[in-house]
Amino acid sequence: MANSNTAPGVSVTAGGAAAFDRRNFDWYVDKAVQAIVFLCGISAIIFVLGIFVFVTKEGVGFIFEHMNVREFFLTPYWFPSDADDPEFGILALMAGTASVTGLAMLVAIPFSLGAAIYIAEFASGKTRETLKVLVELLAAIPSVVWGFIGLVIMNPLIIKWFDVPVGLCVLNAGIILGLMAAPIMTSIAEDALKAVPDRYREAAEAMGATRWQVTYKVVLPAAKNGLLGGVLLGVGRGFGETMAVLMATGHAVNIPDSIFDSVRALTATIAAELGETVVGGEHYQALFTIGILLFLVTFIVNLSADLIVRGIRKG
Amino acid sequence: MVSQSALERPPPGSQANGESGGSPIKLAVKDLTISYGKTVALKGVSLEIREHEIFGIIGPANAGKTSFLKAVNRMDLFSSGMRVDGEMRFNGLDTRQLNNLYALRSRIGVVFPLPVGLPMTVYDNVALSPRWRGITNKAELDVIVQRCLTRAALWDEVKDRLNALGSLLSGGQQQRLTIARALSQEPDLLMLDEFSIAVDPVTTMRIEDVLKELRKEVTIILVTNLVQQARRLADRTAFFLNSECVEIGITEELFTGEVKDQRTRDYVEGRFG
Repeated sequence: MANSNTAPGVSVTAGGAAAFDRRNFDWYVDKAVQAIVFLCGISAIIFVLGIFVFVTKEGVGFIFEHMNVREFFLTPYWFPSDADDPEFGILALMAGTASVTGLAMLVAIPFSLGAAIYIAEFASGKTRETLKVLVELLAAIPSVVWGFIGLVIMNPLIIKWFDVPVGLCVLNAGIILGLMAAPIMTSIAEDALKAVPDRYREAAEAMGATRWQVTYKVVLPAAKNGLLGGVLLGVGRGFGETMAVLMATGHAVNIPDSIFDSVRALTATIAAELGETVVGGEHYQALFTIGILLFLVTFIVNLSADLIVRGIRKG
Repeated sequence: MVSQSALERPPPGSQANGESGGSPIKLAVKDLTISYGKTVALKGVSLEIREHEIFGIIGPANAGKTSFLKAVNRMDLFSSGMRVDGEMRFNGLDTRQLNNLYALRSRIGVVFPLPVGLPMTVYDNVALSPRWRGITNKAELDVIVQRCLTRAALWDEVKDRLNALGSLLSGGQQQRLTIARALSQEPDLLMLDEFSIAVDPVTTMRIEDVLKELRKEVTIILVTNLVQQARRLADRTAFFLNSECVEIGITEELFTGEVKDQRTRDYVEGRFG
């Protein structure tokens, strides 16, 4: 007919029950898209579950056959490849990860909160937009580049400034990791601040409050859950970071006495040693046990961050 | 009815811009023009507001009423692109030249069209401004909080839950909380911007009664698009239309037909707008 541009399958003139009963092309497209999107969505979950199952399966043999819980968690002796008497104590590794992450947070929290407050509350117009783009660019710097900076720039600087023999230490890795985590924390903190409705700011400002009074008394309390969520995500980021930590800590099994001691992180241990182990061997399985531990801790940190952030959305 | 009060306290001088003596001038505006980019929101407005009067501003949407209020307490700095020209004197001081705008704003209370209970307790909402003034004594703050909430006709409803979140009160209660907060500033000038939009008629009448009381202590600018509300409350009223101030006069005269401009009569009688 002349009028050929009606939608395929739609009978414009039918009008009656037949048109309501016939499934047309659009109906099938809709169903197909639903199915594809469902598969994509569900596969992400399946992959994550699959990884968890794999890591658990590889590590579980160690947990039940060789692991002495007390030795594993409470001794600092990590000699996995000793032919006669291998020892698997991860206390020093946990101390390494904790000290580096802790220092990183000391660096990152003030920086990122300050940056977020500046961007969200004080900067305006072009400055704000430029800063936001820059922060996102910083968040995209690969961790190996940060590790490189730690190795090549920070290392000699620390040796020179603090007169210590080695510059690859808690301080170095903590600063590097802090700078790495700061952009993502800034981004999340800024979102949290932006989620506070402007009418609160206007109302407080109309009362004669200074910008800082508004921020401190009105905006920060209202955004505190989001800010806490951002900090926790930063902790998760620091905890799971591998490459930069491997390069900047000095990778020495050691419970640190000072920030100038070299340490070794849980993640870096897996990265450095897994390739040299016998698949299925005791050492191999021990590394996977560390993997399970990391997985659980990261999961808990991220989950609580998520719950906290969701908490404010509702409230 | 309420117009009585307008008669009891006739503002001195019957001219629109009343140059004659009487109460001192609280706010003097000369040739005020407000624009956003190329759009002019208000042009060439000159008026004077005297101490202890309720000055009504009526007019349809987009007449420039809210922009006027923003210019008074210098909130123009926060509305990007808003440009204010002309002269504005508050207590004789040129507000365009002040070094400390925060001090100016703290002397001017504002009530917004939509109630804003700040996300803190009812008590803290009202104690916020006194604390900023440096009052830290708990007993003193208690007195201020109770007095302001009582005057805003809210005390009886919230006295048992002063620690509830201010943002969780009902709309009408939040509006009265906003008024209490504005009063806690001990303002020289109280500006209300269509405060009854989010409030039911009964509460509106209660707030109006409060305003009549308050007139003894503060000067009030009442922006409203309810013509009858202006008639009930305002001593003098200005009519804004299409970015212009069409007419300023004693409220009762505007309503009894003693107007200079036909447009005012049409608006007041509800023929357009």
